[in-house]
Amino acid sequence: MAKIRVETTINGEETEFLCNGQESLLEVLRDGIGMTGTKEGCTTGDCGACSVVVDGRLVPSCLVLAAEAQGRNVETIEGVADGQKLTPIQQQFLEHGALQCGICTPGFIVAAEKLLEKNPDPTEAEARYFLAGNLCRCTGYDKIIKAVLDAAAVMREERA
Amino acid sequence: MSAAPDTSDRKFKQVGSRPIRHDGLDKVTGRARFGADFTLPGTLQGVFVRSPHAHAKILGIDTSKAEKVPGVKAVITAADFPELPMHWITQGPAGVDAGANQRVILAREKVLYHGHAFAAVAAATREIAIEAGKLIEVEWEVLQPVLSIDQALADGAPILHEGQATEGMGPPVEGDTNITNQIVFEGGDLEAGWAEADVVVEGVFETPMVHQGYIEPHACLVNAREDGTSEIWCATQGPFGVKNETATLTGSDPASVKVTPSEIGGGFGGKIPVYLEPAALLLSRKAGRPVKMTMTREEVFRGTGPTSGSKTHIKIGAKSDGTLVAAECQLDFEAGCFRGSPVGAACMTTLSPYVIPNFRVLGRDIVLNKPRVAAYRAPGAPVGAFAAESLLDELARKLGRDPIEFRLQNAVEEGDRASYGPKFGPIGFKETLEAAKAHPQYKAELGEHQGRGVAAGFWFNAGMQSSATVSVNSDGSAVVRTGNPDIGGSRASMALMCAEELGIDVTRVRPMVGDTDSVGYCDATGGSRVTYATGMAVIDATRQVIDHLRARAATMLDVELDSIEWQDGNAVAVNGSADKGSLSLEEIAKKMGATGGPVVASASVSPPAAGPGFGVHVCDLEVDPETGVTRVLRYLVVQDAGKAIHPTYVEGQFQGGAAQGIGWALNEEYIWDADGKVENAGFLDYRVPVASDLPMIDTVIVEVPNPLHPYGVRGVGETPIVPPLGAVANAMRDATGVRFHSLPMSPPRVLEALEEAD
Repeated sequence: MAKIRVETTINGEETEFLCNGQESLLEVLRDGIGMTGTKEGCTTGDCGACSVVVDGRLVPSCLVLAAEAQGRNVETIEGVADGQKLTPIQQQFLEHGALQCGICTPGFIVAAEKLLEKNPDPTEAEARYFLAGNLCRCTGYDKIIKAVLDAAAVMREERA
Repeated sequence: MSAAPDTSDRKFKQVGSRPIRHDGLDKVTGRARFGADFTLPGTLQGVFVRSPHAHAKILGIDTSKAEKVPGVKAVITAADFPELPMHWITQGPAGVDAGANQRVILAREKVLYHGHAFAAVAAATREIAIEAGKLIEVEWEVLQPVLSIDQALADGAPILHEGQATEGMGPPVEGDTNITNQIVFEGGDLEAGWAEADVVVEGVFETPMVHQGYIEPHACLVNAREDGTSEIWCATQGPFGVKNETATLTGSDPASVKVTPSEIGGGFGGKIPVYLEPAALLLSRKAGRPVKMTMTREEVFRGTGPTSGSKTHIKIGAKSDGTLVAAECQLDFEAGCFRGSPVGAACMTTLSPYVIPNFRVLGRDIVLNKPRVAAYRAPGAPVGAFAAESLLDELARKLGRDPIEFRLQNAVEEGDRASYGPKFGPIGFKETLEAAKAHPQYKAELGEHQGRGVAAGFWFNAGMQSSATVSVNSDGSAVVRTGNPDIGGSRASMALMCAEELGIDVTRVRPMVGDTDSVGYCDATGGSRVTYATGMAVIDATRQVIDHLRARAATMLDVELDSIEWQDGNAVAVNGSADKGSLSLEEIAKKMGATGGPVVASASVSPPAAGPGFGVHVCDLEVDPETGVTRVLRYLVVQDAGKAIHPTYVEGQFQGGAAQGIGWALNEEYIWDADGKVENAGFLDYRVPVASDLPMIDTVIVEVPNPLHPYGVRGVGETPIVPPLGAVANAMRDATGVRFHSLPMSPPRVLEALEEAD
């Protein structure tokens, strides 16, 4: 079967790849392009480990067909930091110890960046509900939520 | 090294601080490489082919059609393994059975649960391998599945393993049986104990099979090379276990197998067993190509080891003044399809937190047609504590006592004998209860439909074998190397202990996890043992490095070795040589080449014991009587850590264990259909707690030093999952007036129970 040629933008860089019709964006990112920062936890859209942003929308990349990336703007964990500079969310995750094993961390950070973009001053409940699609089995979420709320405060200060 | 902890007079400089973990940067940027992130040129994809039956004899397997599919490079069945007999070898409270382990990976005579793998295929793509697997023809003799403890014990029940006798102690079992093992602990005079009791409570408590629920599915890459050696990259808690087990099950020389552990995306005990690697090795050998195997989430639920479902009969008696006098319990544990449930540990832990002079505990390990269980955080202990702590709550109510006061009255302390034999050394149970009592949450007001529950629990923690190597760089920085995968921040704690001894900043120490060829043997990351045992090896190796550095300094300063003391990262001449001054670590390191060469030291430990960890949890919750939905309002974990090396990650263990326990109490369970198929093999239906299900989880770290570790460390990883089942159930009782005897207390069950109570 002929492969589909897809032209897309990943983390600001124009990228092209070949894929099968049934391949997910997650599979192509990880196995095709070698960007393994996006993690697979379930392939059914239930765990959030593969969270990416497509045209500004937070999605589980396991539920997006790779061919759907045609002409779109894909943002992954590898594109979150600004060159050598971590974002406040990444920095707060480190300072709070908001990760233990770290497998859910890329998905949480991608999702939390989107949360704070939409809502710069979330309440604890708003953060918990926005991030309810990202599973963490190690931390009990306490330090993750604190890291996100503190990052929001840091970002508000930076903007002020 | 010194046996007694030097915490009393020691001012720690690094230990107890909260540095950013060394592997953190890679984990927040996506650079960290987990099990599924490795590949090699020419890698094939391997998949298992799994049983559509829960219990069936394999009369024949024909793989010829699958082998002919274009792109298929290898197909294996159990016949490709050297046949190992099923033979249980008891080792301490646990045991091993290589024959059973091999049959877990690929079924031989029978499939024993729905989803049991019986063949594996390696092909150019995963899709080709899956499609080819469907062409494998099996002649089955389908048997009736055994799906519950009651079914397994019923007269005329189908027998999973014919001719398997019941081992151990306890009442005799005649004929073929699904009871594989019995364990008994007893003390005092039970009849006399009951005669003394003024109040007796009893009940039957049941818990379902639940899964560890790590977010990373199992994954490995195996390269079998032409010279018979092989390389494995995989996510595991124990790379040496993978090495030895893969060699044993495939009939290879262990020396030929090298295992490089990846970062590991959670394990909680479930990544101690080996599922993929031996099959991937056989596929790689057959195909002459590297083979990668990754499980789907569904396979993780169906085909790896959850923890046991259980049924516990328990009875406890107390005098009217609150003194416990007698207890009896029978713990029946589902082992899954081969023996080896954690019922032994459950028997050891259920009554041990309390002084109960007259007791008897019987544990039974029962096989049935479900996946063979694996370890899950304090294996067995949460189940026993659920039963015991529920009844203690009832006793406190009947006696009109505060639940913490009641536990304080009966709590074990140093010198008391645990129900499984040994006397406790210094332990922090009473201190932990006192701290819970003093916490503001314990006095917070409760509203309508709200309740508070208290429960305690303990885990003995493991010691086992560990080793570490410390080397000094020419700039005076250091590297500490161990063989324990870092599952929750252990690199940081290894570096902190090394830095503490050397007297340098923790950022000057690089911790690393080595492959099995580059580090000494380490038992698995499990048993809450790494900061304790591997940490001891790190401290010992660092002290040896310091001895080397002192000797180099003595040469450089031209004084006797005895005149050099190590102080805060400097070799200082003392006594009559004080005028010779001192040398910094950097100065000594710079001259290593001229004073004897690189400075490096290794140490190994094999502590037979560890210091037990006690925890007390307080759960405040609210039940919605309309929907049966339970919301946890506040949650407190108080636990004795001995000495917290990196308090952030100690708190993280407390919080994570509590969250898993809350999930177990309120939501999680395997749901089976009548044929033995798991109906909820995915995260949508097997619902682990999500962020919006939980409140902040408050923590108090109690520090009663453990005399077995030079800094007083106790393992902290497992104890936090022991109390929550009881704490939540006791809070439910407080909120609703209903005593729940079976888990999970999910909304439909809560509604049903509330309606029955009306």
